[in-house]
Amino acid sequence: MSAFILRRLLIAIPTLIVIATASFFLMRAAPGGPFDAEADLEPEVLENIRAAYDLDKPLLEQFRIYVSNALQGDFGPSLVYKDFSVTELVAIGLPVSIKLGVWAMLVALLLGGLAGIIAALRQNRFIDHAVMAMAMTGIAIPSFVVAPILALFFGLYLRLLPVAGWNDGAWQNMVLPVTALALPQVAIIARLIRGGMLEVLRSNFVRTARAKGLPESQVVIAHVLRSAMIPLVGYLGPALAGIMTGSLVIELIFNLPGVGRYFIQGALNRDYPLVMGVVVIYASLIILLNLLSDLAYAALDPRVRRAYR
Amino acid sequence: MSTRPGELLGSSTLADAAAGHASRSLWAQAARRFRRNRAAMGSIFVLGLIAITAILVPMFWPHGIEDASWEKILAPPSFDDWHWFGTDANGRDLLVRVFYGGRISLTIGLLTTMVALVIGVTYGALAGFIGGRTDGFMMRFVDVMYSLPLLFFVIILVTVFGRNIYLVFVAIGAVEWLTMSRIVRGQTLTVKGKEFVESAVAIGMSRRSILARYIIPNVLGPVVVYVTLLIPTNIVIESYLSFIGLGVQEPLTSWGLLISQGSGQLDSAPWLIFFPATFLAITMFCFNFIGDGLRDALDPRDR
Repeated sequence: MSAFILRRLLIAIPTLIVIATASFFLMRAAPGGPFDAEADLEPEVLENIRAAYDLDKPLLEQFRIYVSNALQGDFGPSLVYKDFSVTELVAIGLPVSIKLGVWAMLVALLLGGLAGIIAALRQNRFIDHAVMAMAMTGIAIPSFVVAPILALFFGLYLRLLPVAGWNDGAWQNMVLPVTALALPQVAIIARLIRGGMLEVLRSNFVRTARAKGLPESQVVIAHVLRSAMIPLVGYLGPALAGIMTGSLVIELIFNLPGVGRYFIQGALNRDYPLVMGVVVIYASLIILLNLLSDLAYAALDPRVRRAYR
Repeated sequence: MSTRPGELLGSSTLADAAAGHASRSLWAQAARRFRRNRAAMGSIFVLGLIAITAILVPMFWPHGIEDASWEKILAPPSFDDWHWFGTDANGRDLLVRVFYGGRISLTIGLLTTMVALVIGVTYGALAGFIGGRTDGFMMRFVDVMYSLPLLFFVIILVTVFGRNIYLVFVAIGAVEWLTMSRIVRGQTLTVKGKEFVESAVAIGMSRRSILARYIIPNVLGPVVVYVTLLIPTNIVIESYLSFIGLGVQEPLTSWGLLISQGSGQLDSAPWLIFFPATFLAITMFCFNFIGDGLRDALDPRDR
């Protein structure tokens, strides 16, 4: 197990280095500097500004400063949102994004898990086909199509829920974005659980459990589910990454004040420090969560550890 | 959006099936199995229809994609005056824009997949053939890239280097080759170790004929399956970028851009999102059915 942890760490650390390096040098390779618009500046003033942002130092020295600042949580000032630093903007948006993401994850696990279990227990019956067809629909139709349709139907026609806005995270405002964000993951998790259950249902230890006279409910809950859930643990990392990327458009569509909206505004306005800062923070988060999910997976299933050797 | 289609694919090997037969009969069997799959055959037909109409309709339709008519702003779908899908906020005919957008979306899907195919196959085959420490190093690099949130990197590339349609091709293709290289490398390694390759070496076949006769046909199956699943993934990525305003730019259009414009006018003109979204969804379904059909046909053990 310790060898496995070491191996995974040996991948995670270079990944973080690649992210920091790539984002820094891409930012510097961008055509045009951030102060090109202010063309009338006196040369001395420009010099001072460049010195204030360390742009007069050699590239590698700038990189060293960037990395050491980033490690202390400082990603520089935003170029578009004046008077805000990137870190402040992320701190404003992150609670919203986290609330959205965590709820979407919970909904996805619950609904996806339930649908997958029911489909597996009724394999090749009507309900199984219905669940699998819905899962395929969920995978085929992207969330930026589902979200406006949900808003149209529940918001405008039925007038049950607000069409957009955050309203300090009131549950009415959360329902539609969380649903839109969770649906693709519901579909994938349902498929995953169904596949895992079908495999386990045929295994010898389940037959033994039945043979010794356990009631079917106990066989399913205590024996089948326990093993069938294991692949799900390995999928948690990718699922969170999917929710984090999906959150970008969902925040845009429902006009929610999360990190995703700042990020896309930043990308559209070429606010390089903001874009790079968000990428570095999100990428680190995703790598960390992936690492945790992989470690948990390996702890639960020894075959994974062996496959990595 | 985040799942790479290959993850659901597993590492299927055709090598076992090929071991006993000539490669031609394997493909003939697969073709027969595929033809019996009604969903997949239907999907090929529908997809062909969408592709042909996307090419032909903009050529012959009475309205051009930029013809704005100020009397007909946000006109609902009707058969009058050839506005079957209605018109948009500038009075432009939606039908011709949907088919024109289809051209661009399908082209981007195909071209980005080609970029990913070329990079992925070359990289994976090289790693598999060379083996040893080089292979280890090359695949560790893929592991590192794999744990990056790649969509963010596409967005960085597009932000930094401007919103250029060719850049979108390269950016998507350049990040989507990872799974391809893993599949090809795994497959190459498996096939390389098989007895039929060993016996071919023993009877003195040249490296090139071994490659052409045994390795490539056996590697091809999973690659074909993955390609059909990668095309829709890339179409969605392009739509996603266009939706947030970083992909295809006016006056060009794509399904993603049309959906984005339609989602802003949901209440007043729902047809603006309905038609492009329907075409996008049908295309997604078709590619997924074809991909599933090919997988079942090429690797019957998975069933």
